[in-house]
Amino acid sequence: MAVRQQGELKVWQRRERGKQFAIWGAWLAGVAVFAYCWRLISEKTIWMFVTDAPRQAVDLAERMVPPKWEYMAKLWLPLWDTLNIATLGTVMALIIAVPVAFCAARNTTPSVIFVRPVALFIIVSSRSINSLVWALMLVTIIGPGVVAGILAIGFRSIGFCAKLLYEAIEEIDEKQVEAVTATGAAGGQVLAFGIVPQIMPAFAGISIFRWDINIRESTVLGLVGAGGIGLQLDASISTLAWTQVSVILLAILATVIVSEWVSAKVRHAII
Amino acid sequence: MLRLEKLVKRYRTGDLALTGIDLEVPGGQVMALIGPSGAGKSTLIRCVNRLVEPTSGRVFLGDTEITGLSKGQLRLARRRMGMIFQEYALVERLTVMENVLSGRLGYTGFWRSYFRKFPQRDINEAFRLLERVSLDHMADKRADELSGGQRQRVGIARALIQEPELLLVDEPTASLDPKTSRQIMRLICELCEERELAAIINIHDVLLAEMFAERIVGLQAGTIVYDGPPDRLGPDVLTTIYGEEDWTATIDKVDEDELTEEELRERERLMSRAS
Amino acid sequence: MNGAPVDRHWRRPPFIANPLLRWSLFVGAGVYLALAFGTIDVDWPRIADGVPRGQRFIASFFPPDFTSRAGEIFEGIYESLWMTVTSTVVGIALSIPVGLGAARNLSPRVVYLACRAIVAVSRTFPEVILAIFFVKLFGFGPFAGFLALSLATVGFYGKLLAEDIEDMDPVQAEAVRATGASWWQWLVYAVLPQVLPRMIGLGLYRFDINFRESAVVGIVGGGGIGATLLTAFDRYEFDSAAAILLIIIGIVMAVEYTSGFVRKWVQ
Repeated sequence: MAVRQQGELKVWQRRERGKQFAIWGAWLAGVAVFAYCWRLISEKTIWMFVTDAPRQAVDLAERMVPPKWEYMAKLWLPLWDTLNIATLGTVMALIIAVPVAFCAARNTTPSVIFVRPVALFIIVSSRSINSLVWALMLVTIIGPGVVAGILAIGFRSIGFCAKLLYEAIEEIDEKQVEAVTATGAAGGQVLAFGIVPQIMPAFAGISIFRWDINIRESTVLGLVGAGGIGLQLDASISTLAWTQVSVILLAILATVIVSEWVSAKVRHAII
Repeated sequence: MLRLEKLVKRYRTGDLALTGIDLEVPGGQVMALIGPSGAGKSTLIRCVNRLVEPTSGRVFLGDTEITGLSKGQLRLARRRMGMIFQEYALVERLTVMENVLSGRLGYTGFWRSYFRKFPQRDINEAFRLLERVSLDHMADKRADELSGGQRQRVGIARALIQEPELLLVDEPTASLDPKTSRQIMRLICELCEERELAAIINIHDVLLAEMFAERIVGLQAGTIVYDGPPDRLGPDVLTTIYGEEDWTATIDKVDEDELTEEELRERERLMSRAS
Repeated sequence: MNGAPVDRHWRRPPFIANPLLRWSLFVGAGVYLALAFGTIDVDWPRIADGVPRGQRFIASFFPPDFTSRAGEIFEGIYESLWMTVTSTVVGIALSIPVGLGAARNLSPRVVYLACRAIVAVSRTFPEVILAIFFVKLFGFGPFAGFLALSLATVGFYGKLLAEDIEDMDPVQAEAVRATGASWWQWLVYAVLPQVLPRMIGLGLYRFDINFRESAVVGIVGGGGIGATLLTAFDRYEFDSAAAILLIIIGIVMAVEYTSGFVRKWVQ
């Protein structure tokens, strides 16, 4: 808000002049960057394919119907694997994330200088790497299968859960902790009576939230060989069995909807 | 019983909160600590149980020098000092009973306390205290379901179950309405008398301090500027503590007949109960 | 108080009050875990084989090899970055009308349902599946990845925008409407100021997600660093892979740091 005196008149402007110019400058720079990036993309694009795409899409859609329903019978086991990958991966992540979060939170870390940076690095590296990349890595190392999938989901979720959890720990009410300390409680007791009850709701919320995400992510891990329904998806696409693909996609859709419904119910029950 | 010698606290920001306090509180004495916000009242009582680490000076509880204790010894010493907090500081997501029992943590091993297997003696004592503060029917309610006055009574029970020799009370009435404030102060003083406890009560309400404490200490910018009985607390003294203001209304003693009928009845009820 | 003290029993009230529900949950969880662990095929010899390979992989981080595939890595990261920029911008631009449409307190019922459907579909399928289909339709290369990320952004951002608008303070909105403002004026003066700070923060967050996802769409042919990473793993060139992973981590950290800074500046 700026008011400028101009002779007798008071002129009101929304912003100071310098600030307004800075904002315009930022917009200009943003547009320039976007235009540049767009040019790079279009250089690498064969526009003939793009113009042809609608026809391709119609063609693909035609080949996908009617879904080959009897294929569903072969999907129950992969779906069960997918569920296990998501659930066990989440459990594994939570078990590791709890100590990491306590080490990363400013108010509970054993050492701000030594332990905290390590915990933060674990969090950021786990989060930066997508679960599919984790799966790719693990499949190369320990071979394809459900175990690689569980580990991939687990490794990816540690950072996510630990980050949200340590933010919750940093936001607790210090007075309650102080009160428990004042009774002469030992360190572990202060943790169990003063801190844990305060972060329990956050912990439950984070677990459910991540489980829901993990269901979605574990449906594609099979693309790199890490088990679950993604294996069937990959196989069906590479053999051009489009009617099977549509069944798989519908199965994924249903799973995601059910998991979303379950997590909404559980969240509602907890809060 | 409690003795402070040249207690100094300088915060890392450079603020000098306490400038060499010398103070002695004999056993069984209820002492009110008054003074404006930022005078160092909270810092002072937190230095006693070393929730705030004093910069220099010494604190003695009986024969123990609190300031020289190691971490483990400090925990044992803290059991002897019950603390009651402004805005109650209950662990809100635990039940009333768990909050009261948390006062026994210093006496209980980790796993026992973790699985809530407190000794039967502690549980009996907890029920007795809850009965004393008339909350035994609320034992399994969660602390955040209680009203302000009820929460503070739980806070009192938590402090007392430690079987302390000294109560450190930090603004116990700050977020309570006037009537509940009186009830809480009365309860604290009665309990101190019953158990022959010494108490330091931080309070910014001068009237309440005068009504309930036997001794008043005025703190101003980290220095004691008044130490004496409540009836010598004149306008000049209040001016040195708080600064220039019209104090006549504050000094008028609250007579019995100024209390409402309801308050009188409440007082009688409590008195008959205590005897 | 008189007479001998009577022991009063106390136990912590259980987390779930109904004992039947409590026990069936415990048993259910136990049975599920037993079944889950029972049905996992574990190829122990293969995992044992993996141990030395894992050691080699970890060892390859000290030091990682940035140089021998520097050209490809640079190309890939560069492509990932501009895919991220374009898809975030386009995705957010598209999600604004969708988000406005999907807010119950703003739109007529028909528009609301249509927009919610768009959001639901683009949120259900992971970016990779979208990328697979766009690669089929538009051919290999960054354009397919760009489209997949944009569509995913529409689902993510549209949903959050709609929820934010639904949660806004109705009193402020009413006050502006009471001045006789038109719908557009109302949008700019009442809705926008309430949702803008949070939406800028979320936009930066989505930029961060898009960068991380851009490493993945490459695995299915959608352009970006993913393809380079896949090749590195296929050839067991762990030291190049380590270099790529470290670069990704570094960029994500940089983006997070900047976005924290920008968020502070906006608020």
